[in-house]
Amino acid sequence: MKTIKFQLETLTCPSCIAKIEGALNKEHGVEEAKVLFNSSKVKVKYDSEEVSSDQLEKLIEKVGFPVLSS
Amino acid sequence: MKAKQINKIMYSAALLLMGALITYLFNWNETVLNTLLIVATLVAGYPTFIKAWKASLMKLFSIELLVTIAVIGALIIGEYVESAAVTFLFLFGAFLEGRSLEKSRSSLKSLMEMAPLEANVLRDGIRSVIKAEDVVKNDLVIIQTGEKIPIDGRIISGRGSVNESTITGESVPVSKDENDQVFSGSILEGGYLEVIAEKVGEDTTFSKIIELVEEAQEGKAKTQRFLEKFAAIYTPGIMALSLLVWIVTQDVHLALTFLVIACPGALVISAPVSIVAGIGNGARNGILIKGGEVMENLSKLNAVVFDKTGTLTQGRPAVTTIKSFGISENKLLTMAAEAELISEHHLGKAIVKEAERNGLELVNKPTDVNVLKGRGIKVNLNGDSLYLGNRKGLFENNIDIDAKVNSYAVKQEESGNTAVFVANRNSVLGIISIADKVRSKAANTIHELKSAGIKHTVMLTGDNEHTANIVGKKIGIQKVFANLLPEDKVNKVKACMGKGIKLAMVGDGVNDAPAIATADVGIAMGVAGTDVAMETADVVLMADNLDKLVYMLKLSKATVRNMKQNMFLAIGTVALLLTGVLTKNVNLASGMLIHELSVLAVILNAIRLVQYKPNTIWERLVLRTQQGMRLISRSISVNSSSFVNKRRA
Repeated sequence: MKTIKFQLETLTCPSCIAKIEGALNKEHGVEEAKVLFNSSKVKVKYDSEEVSSDQLEKLIEKVGFPVLSS
Repeated sequence: MKAKQINKIMYSAALLLMGALITYLFNWNETVLNTLLIVATLVAGYPTFIKAWKASLMKLFSIELLVTIAVIGALIIGEYVESAAVTFLFLFGAFLEGRSLEKSRSSLKSLMEMAPLEANVLRDGIRSVIKAEDVVKNDLVIIQTGEKIPIDGRIISGRGSVNESTITGESVPVSKDENDQVFSGSILEGGYLEVIAEKVGEDTTFSKIIELVEEAQEGKAKTQRFLEKFAAIYTPGIMALSLLVWIVTQDVHLALTFLVIACPGALVISAPVSIVAGIGNGARNGILIKGGEVMENLSKLNAVVFDKTGTLTQGRPAVTTIKSFGISENKLLTMAAEAELISEHHLGKAIVKEAERNGLELVNKPTDVNVLKGRGIKVNLNGDSLYLGNRKGLFENNIDIDAKVNSYAVKQEESGNTAVFVANRNSVLGIISIADKVRSKAANTIHELKSAGIKHTVMLTGDNEHTANIVGKKIGIQKVFANLLPEDKVNKVKACMGKGIKLAMVGDGVNDAPAIATADVGIAMGVAGTDVAMETADVVLMADNLDKLVYMLKLSKATVRNMKQNMFLAIGTVALLLTGVLTKNVNLASGMLIHELSVLAVILNAIRLVQYKPNTIWERLVLRTQQGMRLISRSISVNSSSFVNKRRA
């Protein structure tokens, strides 16, 4: 199990939390996804054999949130 | 879509809208006007439409979707001004919110910017500059004047004055010498240091603070949870209501307006922005408050329990007098110091320090060291048994105290000392008196806490009753419990808790960790560097400074007050707007404008907390006015009652 943190652009609407967490939690291999709204970060616990960090990053961008760094 | 692109889109939409305004003012051509408005709608709406589309692809509901539906509706019925205004305002609002939200979170950001980047290390005799995160444990790091310390470690050579404000929030530089601890993120203002790296990268106290604050900002306040529950009922409720509006009025436009305006934007954000700004303010001042719930509890505190040693006193006990019976004083001190040589107890350390100060040579090593918890220690020294400790241990080991020795000990205790009995197998050889100085700010802090609404103050200590009472009286503590074993402290804290009492326990976080965990709010003070204390406590005061306690209390009250103002503002605005929509006094565009303004007002209000300092002139003014009002109302009621009495007479 690995943990990774993605830094996003400033999050403004709390409804983004549900959006990002919802999308990530549906993904295979993701154990737990948590959006740190106030520091605009996403913390993901995942199984690196089932899903890669690149895939996770792409997924977050696909829901509409550019990833600045991980 | 990146924020920069969105900004460009926003500027172009603004230009288009201006063009439309000019066309309208000069009464040019309606087709040109409408075309401009439609183009502006599409341009400004583009990011919103995309977001709505992406979210619905993932089968997620979003506010963007609502806005999109409303805009399409407006376009169909030919309300081009409204569609353009709504899309633009939605974009512009998000832009302003982002900017101002960033400001409300700026405390943590400015703290993070203090993170060290480079380190000067000496490896195999070669000096090189490397990235701070590449330093490994046990590296020798060299720090020169003006440089940032990149790791937590111990000074092995050199000295200097260090500004530790990033850790403790205190900007007065601390002088550091060999064997002293330094922290990553602090700045060497003058001097030269060679430091052995003990904690690097994510293990440093500095990184832990950032991590802790990040997590704390997510910790939800009760009010916040209530708001979220409310929003969970509110959103579907509003949907049902707007459906009802549509059925009753047969007006699609009105129903859509109702739906968009009712979005709980300001409401959802009102509590968290205040909490985040408050926590950030604390972090910058060396006060780590772990989440919104702790913040709320702090603001309701009315009782504080202190651990005496190291919290109300300096925690550096020193030997004041030595009295021996039958042997020389130096001999007594030597024996005592030899026995306590490896002791971790602060009284034992004070004895060893005193022996070293007097240049006594400690030759004999103790064997069979037996620590009697809450009593003292018993060792074998030079083939003879030696006991050091309090009366309880003397009694349990069947060692007699004669009346003369006892009256001496009582006298020492009455003048504020802890009397350590030194005894062999059957009699007391002498008494070493040790005292721990009360902090200069203790009395003032207790006084200020009382005026900030703390009704009960309690002190817990393992010390004897005399000493404890003297300290308690000196600083104005109401209740003192003495002679406590560590496990008794938990029970005392439990006994003090009860109905109508919100209690905080203040301690050093190591010896009294269980008591800290038991209290409503556990506060660990002066713990920079001790991970355990940082983890168990609800509030961590990095600096070893009692002032922070008062600051913490006032900050929490200001934060909760701010949160309530925000909620009031948010709920008030939505209620007013919805009434406006239903009575057709508010249309979509103006409603959107007011809605965005209310969100901004909420954020701006929270930003005030970032700069908050207790007891500003304004606060004092409010306080005075309140006092004045109370006096006036009292005198009025007195007058009127005397008037009534006169009439009766």
